[in-house]
Amino acid sequence: MTKTVTDVICPFCGTLCDDIEVVLSDDGKKILEVVNACAIGAQKFHHAMAEDRPKKPRMKQPDGTYKEVSYDEAVEYTAQMLANAKKPLLYGWSSTSCEADSIGNEITELCGGCVDNTAAVCHGTTLIALQDVGVPSCTLGEVRNRADRIIYWGCNPAHAHPRHMSRYSIFPRGFFTGKGSQSRKVIVVDPRVTDTAKLADYHYQVEQGRDYELLQAFRTALKGEWLPDTVAGIPKEKIYEGAEVMKSGRFGIIFFGMGVTQSLSKNHNIDAAICLTKELNTYTKFTIMPMRGHYNVTGHGEVLGWQYGFPYSVDISRGYARYNPGDTSTIDLLLRGEVDAFFSIATDPGAHFPIDAVRRISELPSVAVDPFITPTTEVSKLHVPVAFVGIEVGGNAYRMDNVPIDCRKVIDPPEGVLTDEQFLERVLKRIRELKGVK
Amino acid sequence: MPKITLNLISGRTIQQGVSMEGGKNKPAYQEACGIIEIDPADFKRLSAWRNTNVRVTSAHGSVVVKAVEATQGPHPGIAFIPLGPWANAVVNPKTFSTGMPTFKGVPVTVEPAPDEKVLDAITLVQTLCRSGKR
Repeated sequence: MTKTVTDVICPFCGTLCDDIEVVLSDDGKKILEVVNACAIGAQKFHHAMAEDRPKKPRMKQPDGTYKEVSYDEAVEYTAQMLANAKKPLLYGWSSTSCEADSIGNEITELCGGCVDNTAAVCHGTTLIALQDVGVPSCTLGEVRNRADRIIYWGCNPAHAHPRHMSRYSIFPRGFFTGKGSQSRKVIVVDPRVTDTAKLADYHYQVEQGRDYELLQAFRTALKGEWLPDTVAGIPKEKIYEGAEVMKSGRFGIIFFGMGVTQSLSKNHNIDAAICLTKELNTYTKFTIMPMRGHYNVTGHGEVLGWQYGFPYSVDISRGYARYNPGDTSTIDLLLRGEVDAFFSIATDPGAHFPIDAVRRISELPSVAVDPFITPTTEVSKLHVPVAFVGIEVGGNAYRMDNVPIDCRKVIDPPEGVLTDEQFLERVLKRIRELKGVK
Repeated sequence: MPKITLNLISGRTIQQGVSMEGGKNKPAYQEACGIIEIDPADFKRLSAWRNTNVRVTSAHGSVVVKAVEATQGPHPGIAFIPLGPWANAVVNPKTFSTGMPTFKGVPVTVEPAPDEKVLDAITLVQTLCRSGKR
């Protein structure tokens, strides 16, 4: 008879849904069905069952082909590469557990390298802004139970965080929001008429890259001050109206995404959004939260935070931690050619970095740790397949609102395949031997 | 052949997410991300049929993708390539000392390229890496 595992955590996005049910075959070795997950989450669980999944490390040969090698050889290559490098860069860490992240940080410190997570190309500018002006935030539970003004600014959860709106923001009936979506007003700011915008009461089709102006215009409108006829393509009447909608709520939240973090102005957009939130607290309760992408990118920031005091882009090459985005950040380090070895884990820079940065990776000694074949593994010198965290091995992860949740193991990994933690432990042990450290 | 200038943004789509989790070495990933979404008004200026291949060029690179009609429009003047290697072949890598490349708001030219092929993710990245252009 099939067996159903309940309360499984979905290891896809920062929403970290904790109500997934997975139906397993009689012998508990195959995933037959995934219930409650979004299309992307369900696909992730099913993909773990893929027949063509690599089960042994693969080393690039001089002719460009890959040859299977043992995990022992993979550990040796990785340890030698990191131990001998002057300034290795260890990047990723966002789709694995905090336990694995911690071992990675220890390896970085031992080798005098740089460590960075996917915030570098995601919410890095948010983290800079948080340090500039602070952050009035809350948990997603509070949003669900209290929020009656929901703003999605430069993000499209209908596509990127598919269950975010139904679990936490627009639709759920919470303690003080008993009428669900009827008790809420939704504002979406996006240069496209996104599927999220189609659900909104108010859509502001801002001119691309003019978010900063519109945010400042809302701050001006809050105070009832003068505005020009249009700001960022939006008529001033709509801005005054939007400001009134925000003020009139009992509890509001601004969720924001890549539309503001990756456009020009970058961290200054977030500065303005946080200041808008702060000023809205003069009239009502208002909060702000980044829509984090990878399910544990927040977790790696937390681990780095408590170990080194900085949330991403940490350079430990001088023996102590330094943090200066633009200098110690991954893209800049790669483009300036400042690192001499690249280790990626639990992410895919090959697909998600600008090609100039990927080209640098392809020129370096490089190791990619990923359960599957990706553009990163195919430009790296060594590919180490590992178990899926959150499906084949448990581990701790942080939701986008900084709430830690323990992921559950559902099935065993393929025979002989190591987990991230096991592989990193072995690499750390070997590096200690090479460096003569106990 | 007409050549038009558009403002390129990239981002996630549900098809990008599903195909990414289904394997980036599979054809579905290319079908989901090796595209450019163009507004109907811009299609008229381009004088091209829907679903023709086009060459997208910026100051930072060039890539061939399939032109499709905007699914989340209208957004005249704006083009959208889903997050992936095709978008990253042309986005602006400059971080302006923030650590963050400029993935959104990249001026690009788009021109029909019916005889050119859209490469799959792995081949595209490997080819661009080997090309040595910097």
